[in-house]
Amino acid sequence: MSSQLLTPASAQEAAQALRAYRSRGIAVRIVGGGTKPWGGAGASCGVELGTCALGAVVEHNRGDLTAVLQPGLCLRELDELFSSAGQMLALDPPLGEGDAATIGGVVATGDSGPLRHRYGAPRDLVLGTTVALADGTLARAGGKVIKNVAGYDLAKLFSGSFGTLGLITEVAVRLHPRPPAQATATGTTDDAGLLQRAATALSASSLEAQSLDVRWEAQTGTVLARFAGVAAAAQAAAAQRLLSGVGLQAAVTEDDDELWARQRAAQRSADGGAVIRVSGTPSRLAEACVAAQVAGATLVGRAALGLSWIALPTAAPGELVTAIARVRKVLAPSPCVVLDAPPYVRAHLDPWDHPEDAALILMRRVKERFDPARTCNPGIFVGGI
Amino acid sequence: MSFVIVAYSSPAILVPRSLPDNTTKNAAAPIERELLERLYAICGDEHVLTESIQLRTYESDGLLQYRAAPAAVVLPGSAAEVRDVVRACSDANVPWVARGAGSGLSGGALPVAEGVLIAVTRMRRVLEVDLDNGRVVVEPGVTNVEVSAAVAPTHFYPPDPSSQIVCSIGGNVAENSGGAHCFKYGFTTNYVTGLEVVLADGAVVQLGGKELDVPGYDLLGAFVGSEGTLGICTKITLRVIPLPEAIKTMVAFFETTSQAGEAVSEIVSGGVVPGAIEMMDTLTIQAAEQAVGAGFPTDAGAALIVELDGSRAECEARFDDVVALCERNGATSIRIAQDDADRAAIWRTRKAAFAAMGRVAPNYYVQDGVIPRTKLPEVLAKISALAEQYGMRVGNVFHAGDGNLHPLVCYDGEDEAERAEELAGRILEACVDAGGSITGEHGIGVDKKRHMPKMFDEPDLAAFQHLRCAFDPRGLANPGKVMPTPRLCGEVPGPYRTHPLERDGIAERF
Repeated sequence: MSSQLLTPASAQEAAQALRAYRSRGIAVRIVGGGTKPWGGAGASCGVELGTCALGAVVEHNRGDLTAVLQPGLCLRELDELFSSAGQMLALDPPLGEGDAATIGGVVATGDSGPLRHRYGAPRDLVLGTTVALADGTLARAGGKVIKNVAGYDLAKLFSGSFGTLGLITEVAVRLHPRPPAQATATGTTDDAGLLQRAATALSASSLEAQSLDVRWEAQTGTVLARFAGVAAAAQAAAAQRLLSGVGLQAAVTEDDDELWARQRAAQRSADGGAVIRVSGTPSRLAEACVAAQVAGATLVGRAALGLSWIALPTAAPGELVTAIARVRKVLAPSPCVVLDAPPYVRAHLDPWDHPEDAALILMRRVKERFDPARTCNPGIFVGGI
Repeated sequence: MSFVIVAYSSPAILVPRSLPDNTTKNAAAPIERELLERLYAICGDEHVLTESIQLRTYESDGLLQYRAAPAAVVLPGSAAEVRDVVRACSDANVPWVARGAGSGLSGGALPVAEGVLIAVTRMRRVLEVDLDNGRVVVEPGVTNVEVSAAVAPTHFYPPDPSSQIVCSIGGNVAENSGGAHCFKYGFTTNYVTGLEVVLADGAVVQLGGKELDVPGYDLLGAFVGSEGTLGICTKITLRVIPLPEAIKTMVAFFETTSQAGEAVSEIVSGGVVPGAIEMMDTLTIQAAEQAVGAGFPTDAGAALIVELDGSRAECEARFDDVVALCERNGATSIRIAQDDADRAAIWRTRKAAFAAMGRVAPNYYVQDGVIPRTKLPEVLAKISALAEQYGMRVGNVFHAGDGNLHPLVCYDGEDEAERAEELAGRILEACVDAGGSITGEHGIGVDKKRHMPKMFDEPDLAAFQHLRCAFDPRGLANPGKVMPTPRLCGEVPGPYRTHPLERDGIAERF
């Protein structure tokens, strides 16, 4: 598919371009860093709209711990900027090839990493947004203060909407103080049931973890609990005692960055592999581990949130389709969304795993109101939206 | 009434030439016999109220300035009854308003004079407690404190509006309610993971569930805080979390609110995230002290309540920092809660602040605005200048961590009401000018819809309307709230069609 590349330098320019293409019946593919080619194959688009020229930090309000950002900013550069002020944007999804993931792309896909345990998903950190709609309007919702209930929360509607309602041209986000020290307690076992019980015990305890993850790989399970703050080491030691108490091999690591980099990396697949994101519950974690093991896959997950990423190793596309279907069947009714996958796989199954229900009808009505001509990213979202 | 249709791309929007005034009518409007018969059949005769004396109870919510008697009040006892009531209204093309406990402060549950009021107060069952997954499933009439009670003693539900002993979870969902502990823990929207919603056409939709990141648009996020204009929820799944290991509470007194504000900034920028951080000024300290008698010094210029919670080690290490920091910023005295009773007394003083204002003024108007935290001294100075200009007293209580101000504008009798409201409006302008918001937690309702254009331009409002039209194209759910001017929805997608109002010659398209 050959398409024209367009890189508007302002929100107004982007909005005008969308309107112009809409009036000519040309579909537009919206792309940030291009690290997450997820969703359905979609309709072919005549134009690719990139956000790389929308890369300004509009505001960084240090005292208020907020920032207003254009969508093309890379998460990596933002991390450096906020670090220098002792702050952080608490979003740590894997950054993709060349660390190219942008804030616009991460918000539009709702992607998240281990920090989600404490700080939430993009939807929870976005305070407001400005969007360019296909009719050429620029609309603002929310605000740039951390508390605000005026008007509808379109910032949440656009978070995770995969650019199918319009282009995010600005997001206001909440920042957090960067904690002074970190330490991680880990516990290992080869019993998936025990792993689940240990994870549940930690999440039900009053210890305040910054991240609480699990990993299942080559028949071995690990619980990882990271603590941050002045008493990080003391909390990690308490977590270690708890993990030992339920029967795991437990340890504390203070130099723990590598452990967490591995967790993040396992949310993505190697070329020719596939990643399934499971929206499950903590009480079904053991089942997800077993499903991963049967498929010869690695699982990483947010233990207290019930979210898991199952990374299937490289295989023939037909085998991947079969393996994905098997995981879905075992873990039903938990939604299993296929993220990374080769084009063949994408074309031979519905990545979204969404039933034809009343919610889908409502989603189609939302799409019709915001983008009636189906100009923005047509066909890539649930139900062919 | 006549309408003009504004051709604002597609869909068309209809704007009435004159606003319907449903806020002063007192007499109950007639209701079609057929609809009434259906309501009786659905809810049972004793749960359908039509006598004007019965309707009086429901003519206002927590904001008493507005009154309207609905044609009927129904008290459904189950989700199925709610669905059937909404279907009956849809068939009769009659608007309806959902109501929880009626403690809202923006007139969000103000009835529509010719419509039906659906009160969920009988739907008070806790349906499921699932602590392994950190979830609780409740009906909308369950009160906020009942949720925490249902998961005690190990867990709690963090959003804690001051009205928590009476306010309903259904209302909290509609308003995206906050509370004192939001700075650390977040708002209602961060805790709702699933909803069963009845749309205005009677369709029942499941949004989310116990799971996170279910595929599709975040309609859950769009619904929470939509003030009853997108539908009515009949089942709510909430995230609950373990109780913190330790809680340490203190109150520091300062000569001025700016000193206290400076302490807040230093606490937050130093990396401490207090469970709560609340400020009261002289006038509110005096009023609350009269009511509660907790021993707050009534000559203090500001009281700053700081509560740290979390792991014991973290709490204790940070608490000493906070005390030292308050002293450095000129605290005249600091009181550290020694036990649960002491902590409760401090919080009772804070939570009594609104009601206690009745002791120092015959009437008062509660404002709700938000500013960036760093603008606190500047905006407080402006509020004080405005109060002087209007010759009125304004007390201030606020959630200092998130910059959510609650100025209490004191006035005396009907004569001053209008000026008090004008002053309150000027305060909102100051908030917006500082980069803030016209409401942090009370909602727009009817009370603030006229202020919406201060914060949002026409394209923003048009985008809001897209959402509203997707959920409720006929505008039957809580009409006349949130949006500054009534709008109707055009048809989408497809070719041009004549709007019924256009056909009947009472509206024109341009």
